Amino acid sequence: MSEDVVGGKVGKGLQSLSTFGAGTSRLEFLAILATAVIVIGGLELVLRWFAVPHYIMPPPSAIVAALVTDFPLILPHLGHTLVVLLSGFAIGAGFGLVLAAVITQFPFAEKIIAPYILILVTTPMLALVPLLILWFGFGYEPRIIAVALATGPMVMINSATGFRRVDANKIALARSYGASTLQIFWKVRAPMALPMILVGLMIGAIFGLLTAVGAEMVGGGFGLGNRLTTYSSMIRMPQFFGVVLILSLLGILIYVIFFLIGKKWASWET
Amino acid sequence: MAEGVSGETKLAVRAATKRYGEFVALEGCSLEVRPETIVSIVGPSGCGKTTLLWAMSGLNPLTSGEVLLDGTPITRPRPEVGLVFQEANLLPWRNLIDNILFPFEIKGQAPDRAWIDHLLERVSLKGFEQSFPNALSGGMQQRAAIVRALALQPSVLLMDEPFGALDAFTREEMNQLVEEIWLETRTTIVFITHSIEEALFLSDQVVVLTPRPGRVLNVHDVPFGRPRTMEIMASKAVFDLTNRIKAEIYGQQIAGRAAAE
Ligand SMILES: Nc1ncnc2c1ncn2[C@@H]1O[C@H](COP(=O)(O)OP(=O)(O)OP(=O)(O)O)[C@@H](O)[C@H]1O
Ligand SMILES: [Mg+2]
Repeated sequence: MSEDVVGGKVGKGLQSLSTFGAGTSRLEFLAILATAVIVIGGLELVLRWFAVPHYIMPPPSAIVAALVTDFPLILPHLGHTLVVLLSGFAIGAGFGLVLAAVITQFPFAEKIIAPYILILVTTPMLALVPLLILWFGFGYEPRIIAVALATGPMVMINSATGFRRVDANKIALARSYGASTLQIFWKVRAPMALPMILVGLMIGAIFGLLTAVGAEMVGGGFGLGNRLTTYSSMIRMPQFFGVVLILSLLGILIYVIFFLIGKKWASWET
Repeated sequence: MAEGVSGETKLAVRAATKRYGEFVALEGCSLEVRPETIVSIVGPSGCGKTTLLWAMSGLNPLTSGEVLLDGTPITRPRPEVGLVFQEANLLPWRNLIDNILFPFEIKGQAPDRAWIDHLLERVSLKGFEQSFPNALSGGMQQRAAIVRALALQPSVLLMDEPFGALDAFTREEMNQLVEEIWLETRTTIVFITHSIEEALFLSDQVVVLTPRPGRVLNVHDVPFGRPRTMEIMASKAVFDLTNRIKAEIYGQQIAGRAAAE
């Protein structure tokens, strides 16, 4: 998996989820696959050739082997992380969306609230986790709250950009047929905002994942983040990298899901 | 009420004035549109044509004066009035047929599928129902917009420079299409354009507006038969009328510039 290819596509994808991956020919696909094989195979060979100890950097084969044998032990932690991520995301995205929809109808309120949203966006919510743990203990609650706080502002700020994209003529069109404010919202504003909302949801989900793992590293006890600290303190590097691999797959899964949604519902925006 | 009963006037604008803050866009504009006629409004850019049309559609209230449809004042959008915008104004996330059904969705009214099919056939868009706007040419988009406006069978169709963004050939085709549709439906049409040729091809009357503030300078009758053939359009009478209207518009512009200096 070569980093620059993935990074580059993600960067473009943020501008337009719907066109990502469009027109990848079979030949290009083969080239991408070959590159991945060479990179991973090369890594394996180099690590084995120089007999690098596993506690410094395990070869890919050892990581996969550890992942397979220890998967039953890791699975419950994946479950915990998903619970935290999904509930935090649902709460944060819900608030973010509703707030964006309402606030963009009132430009004055938007001006008042904007600086706070900006602070929420730019402050890493991870910084609040120790405090949240102090308030809410070591269970799910502080983690879910941290994820919601990381997700919400991202969803809010991108969705607001979408909702603000008013096309006076399209709204006039709806009005010329006697549309109510609610109809204008659901049939014009919301579809027009959808591509930006999807971008917000995707960035929100990725930030949510980062925050969930970070909170688990701080919070201890359970979750994939907690596994990372545990395995590294036990110097079990193959397992450690196995968890890292699961996390990157989660990130890619998030991206693919929103890519597919975008392709289905927002492909009108070229 | 008298006009409505006698059927002399379909649409009347009475002393229409529109201010945007200090700026006077329209001042004391009056005109009458007889039923089943096409009236074009021409005038330099920014003279208030769109403002006037939106007032007729009930989208944008006047500062003073009134618009009467069949004798009753228009204060908000009415189902009998169809509007075609300056650009096609299709909703890009809907395919063609869903764009045409949009008005029915808003009104919660069952569409007349046979009529819509007939219209699509008429404007050669049959077979493109599932296409999205970004896959249609400018001319096709504008034809779809016309179908959308006609789908509700309005008795008045307001068209705001509908073909301004199209190339000359497509534009002539579209003009012929409007004439054909008019010959079939006899919908009263108010047509805004920058092109005097287009106005003379389509209209029974041409209204010339002056800029800043928009006022009615003159109303010309266009007494030529229909369909307007190439011979008619190439005749001396059309040529002379074109030049008269041009002189009025450019005269206004020159006078305006002189006044500004
Ligand atoms: N919402 C508005 N607020 C302020 N001024 C406006 C507004 N709408 C239009 N105007 C002004 O009123 C004048 C008339 O505008 P309008 O759009 O009606 O002109 P137009 O004749 O349709 O122009 P064009 O031929 O370029 O389409 C213009 O000078 C314009 O700047
Ligand atoms: Mg205009």
